[in-house]
Amino acid sequence: MKTFTKKLLGTMAFSALMAGSAMATECEVTHWWTSGGEAAAVAEFAKAFDATGNKWVDGAIAGSGGVARPIMIGRITGGDPMCATQFNHGRQAEELVEAGLMQDLTELAEKEGWRDVVHPSSLLDSCTLDGRIYCVPVNIHSWQWLWLSRQAFEDAGVDVPTNWDEFVAAAPALQAAGKIPLAMGNQAWQASGAFGVITVALGGIDLWTKINVDKDGDAAAGPEMAKVFNAAAAAREFRKNSNVQDWNQATNLVITGKAGGQIMGDWAQGEFQVAGQVAGEDYECLPGLGVNQVISTGGDAFYFPKLDDPEKTKAQLELASLMLSKPVQVNFNLKKGSLPVRGDVDLAAANDCMKKGLAILADGNILPDGNQTLSPDTTGQIEDLMTEFWSDDSITAEDAQARYAEIIANAD
Amino acid sequence: MNNPATLSVAVASADVINERSGASAGPRGPRPKRRFSRRNIIIYGTLIVVALYYLLPLYVMVVTSLKGMPEIRVGNVFAPPIEITFEPWVKAWAEACTGLNCEGLSRGFWNSVRILIPSVILSIIIASINGYALANWRFKGADVFFTILIFGAFIPYQVMLYPIVILLRELGLYGSLTGLVMVHTIFGMPILTLLFRNYFTSLPQELFKAARVDGAGFWGIYLRIMVPMSLPIFVVAIILQVTGIWNDFLFGVVYTKPDLYPMTVQLNNIVNSVQGVKEYNVNMAATILTGAVPLIVYFISGKLFVRGIAAGAVKG
Amino acid sequence: MIATALVVFVGGTVWTVVYSFTDSKLLPRLNFVGLEQYERLWATNRWLISIENLLIYGTLSLIFSLVIGFVLAALLDQKIRFENTFRTILLYPFALSFIVTGLVWQWVLNPDFGIQHIVRSLGWESFAFDPLYNADIVIYGLLIAGLWQGTGLIMCLMLAGLRGIDEDIWKAARVDGIPMWRTYIFIVIPMMRPVFITTLVIIASGIVRVYDLVVAQTSGGPGIASEVPAKYVYDKMFLGQNLAQGFAGSTMMLLAVLVVIIPWAYLEFGGKRRPT
Repeated sequence: MKTFTKKLLGTMAFSALMAGSAMATECEVTHWWTSGGEAAAVAEFAKAFDATGNKWVDGAIAGSGGVARPIMIGRITGGDPMCATQFNHGRQAEELVEAGLMQDLTELAEKEGWRDVVHPSSLLDSCTLDGRIYCVPVNIHSWQWLWLSRQAFEDAGVDVPTNWDEFVAAAPALQAAGKIPLAMGNQAWQASGAFGVITVALGGIDLWTKINVDKDGDAAAGPEMAKVFNAAAAAREFRKNSNVQDWNQATNLVITGKAGGQIMGDWAQGEFQVAGQVAGEDYECLPGLGVNQVISTGGDAFYFPKLDDPEKTKAQLELASLMLSKPVQVNFNLKKGSLPVRGDVDLAAANDCMKKGLAILADGNILPDGNQTLSPDTTGQIEDLMTEFWSDDSITAEDAQARYAEIIANAD
Repeated sequence: MNNPATLSVAVASADVINERSGASAGPRGPRPKRRFSRRNIIIYGTLIVVALYYLLPLYVMVVTSLKGMPEIRVGNVFAPPIEITFEPWVKAWAEACTGLNCEGLSRGFWNSVRILIPSVILSIIIASINGYALANWRFKGADVFFTILIFGAFIPYQVMLYPIVILLRELGLYGSLTGLVMVHTIFGMPILTLLFRNYFTSLPQELFKAARVDGAGFWGIYLRIMVPMSLPIFVVAIILQVTGIWNDFLFGVVYTKPDLYPMTVQLNNIVNSVQGVKEYNVNMAATILTGAVPLIVYFISGKLFVRGIAAGAVKG
Repeated sequence: MIATALVVFVGGTVWTVVYSFTDSKLLPRLNFVGLEQYERLWATNRWLISIENLLIYGTLSLIFSLVIGFVLAALLDQKIRFENTFRTILLYPFALSFIVTGLVWQWVLNPDFGIQHIVRSLGWESFAFDPLYNADIVIYGLLIAGLWQGTGLIMCLMLAGLRGIDEDIWKAARVDGIPMWRTYIFIVIPMMRPVFITTLVIIASGIVRVYDLVVAQTSGGPGIASEVPAKYVYDKMFLGQNLAQGFAGSTMMLLAVLVVIIPWAYLEFGGKRRPT
């Protein structure tokens, strides 16, 4: 397998081997990819990197980015940086870059023409500060999916919905059959994410952009947004009794037919795959809730803290170049269930849902991810509000909207 | 204020006598007359019910860790395993994956030991000297120092997280074992110093005075008189520190790097690496394995612990 | 080492307070914005709920720990058989971390597998006990777990205190024909004042810091119904990447500690001179 990868990597790997053959440079990479599919995807990186004569030291930290990021930031600001680290696209590492703690990748990017290969180009923009490039986007993850269990709807004796309105109409039948219409875990980001999906699906891209990009408080307080809040208030009735914490436990409710559907990002697909379910047969996926076919282009990126050791710096650049190379992009994203960041690779092995995503991506019906447009602080405030709103019936749609508008108006 | 203090000295000497004679401290209540009196039934009944409540989670942990996943999905948490399997234990110890590392908890065990031993020894030495100085030597600023320590006992760890990152960075100790040991030592100081101070205060002052008259110095008195008389409180301190440091997650994960992560971090990684369904059986096995060290310390030293607590914490 | 402690505790505190008046985000920087962080803090629903939860949890935990701890200690002090066994059973949870405690109780209280499921399968279909998924009672779910973990230590402290009561006092009380419960309440408890004070300090310092238990058991949910201040501080500092907001929260916590606990603890411990 190793030799195969080496061949695949071609001359670049070969030259690296020549240069670094004396001693393998260890490179510790921190990330929070610990679920089955995620770990398999990371292994692709590691395998390819080891083949260049360097050594991938895995620094996985479990418990989602929320647990891992403080540790990574602590390491970097504490003067003991790792060789490379994962962050989500966008503003999470902004200040670390501003403080000059991150490696400048511009030279490499220009040499390899990242501007031309990375698609959509907004991904690279998120890595760019004052014209310099500081990170490597590795995949695209989109939030805007409604996952539906065929079995649940059959048990309830109704057709599998093809859009959100039909889903709402079918919900009482599901409830009558003892199903949870909408599975949702108790973590704040899930509530907030689902709300974002409802916003873009029912309110449209323009409204979403006004609020999340332009931070227009008036739009957030307006009548169009009021519709979205009312829809969400209705939807929170559907999520009752989903007594789970983690997102994939909620997905599991859909897989086992105990719940009708779940609003969750495309990473949920990995869970269906692990459970041996087939898209279109056992489960359905509706991008943009079947209303507004768009996907957001958030995802993961790798940053490379500045290191004193020139050997390590060299290894960092090799890793950066490797992560964006064609074969690694294909292997990694197939395992991860995410979309590649290059438009010029072939993903024949992708399943139905992934293909739907690729088609939308090719059509350019894309919007940036919340992480790219809002600061982590604002994101956190919205999460607090949303988790409260989704779990507490006493908060009316009007109250929640007023508070939401205030957060948006004060966003930085 | 004087009354209980005087009393505590009397109590202390009574305790010392008790220990010397080897008699376990006897109960003071009236002796029961019949074995099955109503009173006995109430006492034992209550205790047994309470003991069941306390044992229930342990039972659930053990039972769950011995079940296979299919059994967990259908059954309830209290049902005993139909088919006992040790697979979860093996997996928790040696096979559970975090990212690319599939070494289970075993990876963290020795790290935990390496963190634990120096931290416990160092923190106890320093806290006992502090307590001794505070109790027997009225040095300048002792009151201020003591107030700060009490304050330190109440500071939420999260608050100090960031300043310590900066401190360790400036000292160049960030990410090293030394840095973590230092952090544990500092955060163990408040409560431990309090315990040692209270204990040393309760020792008869005559001993200290006699030693001074004989010309013994600060260290002489500490090593030759105070330490040999203080076994119970050292036991308490060891137990508290072993428990606290072994169970620490926050400092371990923030101030070290992956190759030095303690077992609790590995536990968190296993518990939070949800792959499909939560593998409760592996989680529970991992939990028991992680808790084993402090649990063993407790079961071994239960009696000493109570006696030490009696001597150290109680005399105010 | 004394100097280190001073630097860490005092320096760290001062540093935190100073930076709470800035607009530091991911990295600390000295750009002062006055009381802005505090205004936002007290306008934030989640912070207010956190404070309320801490008050409820703290009060109940204090009362129950003391009462249960004392009653158990009194029971164990009746010259019973198997005292060591009972004591070990009551104390062992203290050896387990809050993370473990939270996990186990999350499991036991899970409505689909745990207690609720059992009672329902016994035929009582309408039985509902799902504290971790019901915002109104979630704080009691935390309390059950917190007490399970902590009362053993309190019991030990109390037991040690009871063992320190002079046998003659019991004899005298019996000679005077005072019933046992009255002896406990009017004679023994007042004599155990130092024990109660030590216990209070230990319980109180644990309450202010409560964090791990919440994270492991409920992650603050459902919604924000079981949030606590320490978690707010941590989340704002590290997840929200808004250090100053977190510092403002921690400064309020420290202030509360200073105002309520320090003068009192100092009077009890530091102000007293040894009786020589």
